[in-house]
Amino acid sequence: MRTADLTTALILVAGGLLVVWDSLRLGVGWGTDGPQSGFFPFWLAVFLVGACAVIAWQARARARDVPFVTREQLRPVLATLLPATGFVVLIQFVGLYVATAIFTGVYMRWIGRYGWVPVILIGVLFPVLTFVVFEKWFLVPMPKGPLEAWLGY
Amino acid sequence: MGWENLLLGFQVALQPNNLALAVLGITLGTIIGVLPGLGGANGVAILLPLTFSMNPTSAIILLTSLYWGALFGGAITSILFNIPGEPWSVATTFDGYPMARQGRGGEALTAAFTSSFVGALFSVVLITLFAPLLAEIALKFGPPEFFAIQLLTFSSFIGLGGGNPIKSLVSILIGFILASAGLDIVTGQLRLTFGITELMKGFDFIVAVIGLFGIGEILLSVEEGLSFRGISAHINPKVVWQTWKTLPRYYRTFIRSAFIGFWMGFKPGGATPASFMSYAFAKRFSKNPEGFGKGELEGVVAPETAAHAAGGASLLPMITLGIPGSPTAAVMLGGLIIWGLQPGPMLFREKPDFVWGLIASMYTGNVIGVAMVLAFVPLFAAILRIPFPILTPVIVAICAVGSYAVHDSMVDIWYMLLFGVVGYVFKKLDYPLAPLVLALVLGDLAENALRQSLIMSQGSLLILFERPISGVISAVALLFFALPIINPYVRRARAGKPPVEVATPHDE
Repeated sequence: MRTADLTTALILVAGGLLVVWDSLRLGVGWGTDGPQSGFFPFWLAVFLVGACAVIAWQARARARDVPFVTREQLRPVLATLLPATGFVVLIQFVGLYVATAIFTGVYMRWIGRYGWVPVILIGVLFPVLTFVVFEKWFLVPMPKGPLEAWLGY
Repeated sequence: MGWENLLLGFQVALQPNNLALAVLGITLGTIIGVLPGLGGANGVAILLPLTFSMNPTSAIILLTSLYWGALFGGAITSILFNIPGEPWSVATTFDGYPMARQGRGGEALTAAFTSSFVGALFSVVLITLFAPLLAEIALKFGPPEFFAIQLLTFSSFIGLGGGNPIKSLVSILIGFILASAGLDIVTGQLRLTFGITELMKGFDFIVAVIGLFGIGEILLSVEEGLSFRGISAHINPKVVWQTWKTLPRYYRTFIRSAFIGFWMGFKPGGATPASFMSYAFAKRFSKNPEGFGKGELEGVVAPETAAHAAGGASLLPMITLGIPGSPTAAVMLGGLIIWGLQPGPMLFREKPDFVWGLIASMYTGNVIGVAMVLAFVPLFAAILRIPFPILTPVIVAICAVGSYAVHDSMVDIWYMLLFGVVGYVFKKLDYPLAPLVLALVLGDLAENALRQSLIMSQGSLLILFERPISGVISAVALLFFALPIINPYVRRARAGKPPVEVATPHDE
């Protein structure tokens, strides 16, 4: 926990300093007609850096032996996060619906160890349902790929 | 004068299409409340883009109904599966789950739904009475008053939120900083974009909510290797009737909890502490406190009444002051702005049909809601039997759809993923997420209020204290900010264990 707490605080401090730097570029003082653009973010970031310093100081006292995440916990988290990232990458190439089908199928097959019949059934039905609800009923367009183009959408 | 307005509201809320939307909202809301990883806030966030083309009154009715549904749904998972779907349902599991294990699940659910209904109704009645008054007062507010109220909102997270106050502060600051990214509408300058065009439009709170609460929650759930061991419950009219006969006995608990809920609820982040406080009070005043935690009906009544009274109360500052009392209310407030309404006291004058339609829909929504959940509990509980390997990709995909729909932008799906990881890490490290979301929603409003105040005073912050109303509010806010410094040790010693974190159902 201690390492994670310190790392997070340090990342936030770095982010805060970045904001301070950008705010100084914009000006943090009094412009012709009121506070300049950088005024508000500047003070927010200053407080952020200060608060993170306190957190880092507090974290020193935190127990070292409680891990932030155990190996057994990390495995299912990564097994979800990585396919989800792959899903987001795929959306760009094949559109959201096909990516959803692939993601659902792969996840069910790989994590759930389902047979091919439920995998294909749900993998196809769910994106089709999503398509009908969003694209047809609510007219909210989603990213589409070659398959939809081939089908004429 | 209030009653005619309420009548007008009922005319709006009882229109067939609005009633249908209420039913739809409650159904979806209950499903969302039952599903792990989807709560009221991100359920509303995902549906928000779908309402852009609706008229605002129908849209808000759909979203508030969804909110009520999610509140009801949280009780189902707490009682039958010992999984609090929402942080304020944690206290419900203490006695609800033992009751379900003893085969009294139907009784516990009936009590929970009825209490929710009573609690919500109580705060809706108070909203009906006080909202117009509060709006009337708020009409006299200038920028310093509004900024003072913002200060009060965020100071109460720090002073009353529980948990580590510094981490609450950090959450707030991150939210405000993210809100300031992009185009500064006052000066027209680009802030925190570092020359990257994608960063120009800033961070949308809807995407942040979906990522932080949706994806983050999924990651936390799979970490625990969730396998649902649910207890099936049958509710039949007989059980409902018998439970209802015993409930009037707890009228004191009802009243006390409703007051606690309302009082805590209209301040931000109030529902969770309200439910715990109410549970503790019920235990203290009970004739058999030793029965608590082992399946005491009163232990279900108290937190549920308080949580729902708080849930209703959190809408009061949203419609009167334009300051939301909970993340879900914050998302709805964002919706108001998108629908082209100016949240705040002027709504009562300019859009009475909207405000009163909303208030009346809280009555109808709760009546429909309690009837629906009582009738369809087995159906909703069955959702939790959908195995996790199917549920997870489905929820992630729905979150992606919701994020993309906000601006038709691919970048938002990446932000969603990023916010998901941040949400996961922050929850594990006890950074509360609710203040971050609220700050992200209110960022522009707060900054403008502060800027205008400073322009009025030629740059002196003292203006916040020189005007009578803003002076009092600012002073209280300062007190709340100082509260953790004044006596952190007393509180820690009194609690005996780390205080309950706002919006973290995964407290260890």
